[in-house]
Amino acid sequence: MSFISDYIIRKNSYGEKVLSVFLTSGFPNKNNFTQLALQILDAGADMIEIGFPFSDPLADGPTIQYSSFRALQNGVNIKLTLSYAEQIRKKSDKPIILMGYANPLLKYGVKNFAADAVNCGVNGIIVPDVPLDEYDDFYTNAFSELDVILLAAPTTSDKRIKKIDELSKGFLYLVSTTGTTGRQIQDMEESKSLVIKVSHLVTKNPLLVGFGIKSTQDAALFAPYCNGVIVGSAIVKSLMMDNEDFRNTLTFVKEFKTSINTK
Amino acid sequence: MTNKIIYKNPDKKGRYGNYGGRFVPETLISPLQELEEVYLKLRQDKNFQKELNSLHSSFTGRPTPLTFAENLTKFFNRAKIYLKREDLCHTGAHKINNTLGQILLAKKLGKTRIIAETGAGQHGVATATVCAKFGLQCSVYMGEIDMERQSLNVFRMNLLGAKVIPVTTGSKTLKDATSEAIRDWVTNIKNTHYIIGSVVGPHPYPMIVRDFQSIIGIETKSQIISIENKLPDYIVACVGGGSNAIGIFYPFIRTATRLIGIEAAGLGLHTNQHSATLSLGKQGIFHGMKTYLLQDDDGQISPVHSISAGLDYPGVGPEHSYLKDTMDVEYKSVTDEEALQAAKQLSSLEGIIPALETSHAVAYLEHLMPNTQKDEIVIVNISGRGDKDLISIQQNLNTKM
Repeated sequence: MSFISDYIIRKNSYGEKVLSVFLTSGFPNKNNFTQLALQILDAGADMIEIGFPFSDPLADGPTIQYSSFRALQNGVNIKLTLSYAEQIRKKSDKPIILMGYANPLLKYGVKNFAADAVNCGVNGIIVPDVPLDEYDDFYTNAFSELDVILLAAPTTSDKRIKKIDELSKGFLYLVSTTGTTGRQIQDMEESKSLVIKVSHLVTKNPLLVGFGIKSTQDAALFAPYCNGVIVGSAIVKSLMMDNEDFRNTLTFVKEFKTSINTK
Repeated sequence: MTNKIIYKNPDKKGRYGNYGGRFVPETLISPLQELEEVYLKLRQDKNFQKELNSLHSSFTGRPTPLTFAENLTKFFNRAKIYLKREDLCHTGAHKINNTLGQILLAKKLGKTRIIAETGAGQHGVATATVCAKFGLQCSVYMGEIDMERQSLNVFRMNLLGAKVIPVTTGSKTLKDATSEAIRDWVTNIKNTHYIIGSVVGPHPYPMIVRDFQSIIGIETKSQIISIENKLPDYIVACVGGGSNAIGIFYPFIRTATRLIGIEAAGLGLHTNQHSATLSLGKQGIFHGMKTYLLQDDDGQISPVHSISAGLDYPGVGPEHSYLKDTMDVEYKSVTDEEALQAAKQLSSLEGIIPALETSHAVAYLEHLMPNTQKDEIVIVNISGRGDKDLISIQQNLNTKM
């Protein structure tokens, strides 16, 4: 079926919620990125999402806009991102997911991308600007071995959430709040109710919640009602301010993992 | 006229052939569906049309004249040249045709806050104007570089009560202002309507903006028939995102009239300093639509240049991409320098100072007119007036002297 969803369900069966960490490809350093990703996985991340950069990241807030901009300046692209995945795969058997906007993918060739990603050990892809409605035209049957993970948002109707659940593979990515990545969640209670509501609607896929999870408290609030959480901007921001050995960020990852598993 | 094929776009998915669509984050899907639903109902609503038409006559100053350019016609000594005078619209450009329609739409949607992006500032001013008139809160995103080169328009927006938010990311121009406006919209979706300024973005925006701008073409058609008793042979309009062009072209698509869209060639098509998306771009996905884009080999959006802030955009409306492929419209380009000379020419020959965007359409007459016949008719869409560009024109013409 799906390596990613099997993995999440297995983790859950051990009583663990899943922590997925987003990193911008090649950020902060192009040269030791593979090592950083492996350290993050060792520190407690169950999965890794690697974002290949785009010049105009519409769904992202200032932190990931900045990291994407720096990555682009350093010459990071899809090809290099795939080679990172290939290196990480050699040393880790945890799910690797790539994330990025439609245009770089389209330019690379959607079909070629699927084949190359599978060869490099990538398990899934998230493209935030290709919603359900564009799915059939964008993804080809080359994606049978690569999970296409779809997003649902606070504005998505119940009926549509069910359709998204039908089509999504790996997991369903629930956006916790309206807005761009890294933004403060507008209303915590509202987001919590959203997660609870969606958890009842989603039957086929594991449910992971992301966007705006800044602290271990945020993560702990959602964790009981879903299969896991996704942390992106908070980690990228931490990397921006960290020492060369990323000590604080690795501790942060460890704390996140602990926070979602208490209770 | 004999073999007219009925032109009907977009389809139900918001596609113009292979172009258009709705490539946006999931959060925006439901608001876009709601917008489409409400708009399609309003489009059929006679009271809505009546209200909009009455505002156009009492507030915008429509219909705008179709002016015979006698001196320009004599100068070229070929086809007769007419000018569609969108420069005489309230606020100085065609942009208000769209903002007035969309503010009524926003009120129907029950929104209390309006956001917009602007390049040259014309759309920002047109949005701020209707917000002032209808008492809605207004925030306009504008690239820092554009704020400098169009400082007068920034002041106009402030005077109209709008907040102008400087955009400091990326190239600090129109594309970045558009991205920031979309980010604001995704965040404040509950109370906010985004009045997009051109025939770009996710469906239904390209359709809505086209429909509101098509009043230009509808008027032009009846005016030229009443003056000349025939359709024009050519219509020329400048293309950035492409709203004034699609507005005047729309009722003429697949008629005998040849439609010509003029892009900004900046410092020349052989340089990297231009905005000639349809001439040199490749298919891609950006700002919610599939369309031609100026981009690099990795699919990153290229920096663009034009002397006119309103044409300085790496994408173009999806319907233009479609009309290029079907060859229903020809797309050409002229340089900054040609546009400047045309601004000078139209000012001194006809007493009309055109916007720098518009000057691109006027400049193409140099190329077009020698190939026309005396019994033919050319119409140029004078999309906006040049008041906002005076400093820019002055600086550029001075350095040349």
